[in-house]
Amino acid sequence: MRELLDDIDRWRTAGRKVAICRVVDLEGSGPRLPGAAMAVSEDGEVAGSVSGGCVEGAVVDEALAMLRAGAPAHLVRYGISDDDAFAVGLTCGGTIHLLIAPLDW
Amino acid sequence: MSGRYEALSRALRSGEPAALATVLEGGPVGATIVVRPGAEVLGALGDPELTRVVARDALAALGAGRGGLRHYGLRGEARQGAVTVFLEAFAPPPRMVIFGAVDFTGSLARVAAGLGYRVVVCDARAAFATARRFPQANEVVVEWPERYLARVGDALGPGDAVCVLTHDPKFDLPAIVAALRTEVGYLGAMGSRRTHGRRLEALRAMGVSEADLARVMAPIGLDIGARTPEETAIAIAAEIIACASGRPAPRLRDREGPIH
Repeated sequence: MRELLDDIDRWRTAGRKVAICRVVDLEGSGPRLPGAAMAVSEDGEVAGSVSGGCVEGAVVDEALAMLRAGAPAHLVRYGISDDDAFAVGLTCGGTIHLLIAPLDW
Repeated sequence: MSGRYEALSRALRSGEPAALATVLEGGPVGATIVVRPGAEVLGALGDPELTRVVARDALAALGAGRGGLRHYGLRGEARQGAVTVFLEAFAPPPRMVIFGAVDFTGSLARVAAGLGYRVVVCDARAAFATARRFPQANEVVVEWPERYLARVGDALGPGDAVCVLTHDPKFDLPAIVAALRTEVGYLGAMGSRRTHGRRLEALRAMGVSEADLARVMAPIGLDIGARTPEETAIAIAAEIIACASGRPAPRLRDREGPIH
């Protein structure tokens, strides 16, 4: 979280909406521990990371869709067993759970 | 409600402890409170009793330095699974005190800063201990090591590190003796095996116990063949990580023969 503050502050000062995506749980092996966080601005700027790069693209899409629709915070899960494993799966075989939430607080 | 992010951000930037608790399931998903010791809880998680219990657990998590998933009843009851909350504890950053404003100090300060340490460089020689020479350090102190530790040593804990890089017995020995009086988790001292052999003799003569001598990681660092200041900084940082995690990484201290 600490490493995201400069970018988040810059986006909020410019009046841009921000989503914050945090790893909240991990089953099996995973590249980043719970607490790993990524912030996404409504115009698609990204700070931080939530995995070794395996799922970041999908998380950004999810966060932008949420901000665009004004949708609420929600949990998402990515794992090797998902049907779309080749698209966004974790190659290490673990499953990560993320909370994707508007930073409206 | 606004203002919670600002409060969290202020705490994180100033290195003050803060915790964040967020409802994941079974309640208002995404509801977030910011909890700081001695300050009012900002935000709410729906039920006031749930908010109160989670805030209390968040403070405890901060003390223990561990967050994670917690489960509660709808009104905060323990041992129930209706509501899942994610607790995140932001403890103040660990400290690294580097004694000796030498070649290796800048590289170690840079690596330590990257690992999230708040770095203090301390040396009694004003000509060497300057902020200009060590821009990576959070603080550069011109003081004798033992005097510095007499002032701040009580604040050092298991997550902190002291690295003695001076190579000069006149500075090294009092620094090591003073650091051994603290609860610091990692204490390393630079020098060849011969230097450290002489240092051990001197420390024994000063009355330092064998148990205390065993706390000193010297020669400092893992046995990765480091030579340059940059490589040595990695070897030292890696030893600190291995000590904290209890992994049997190959330490220079545990081998014989030349370091390089």
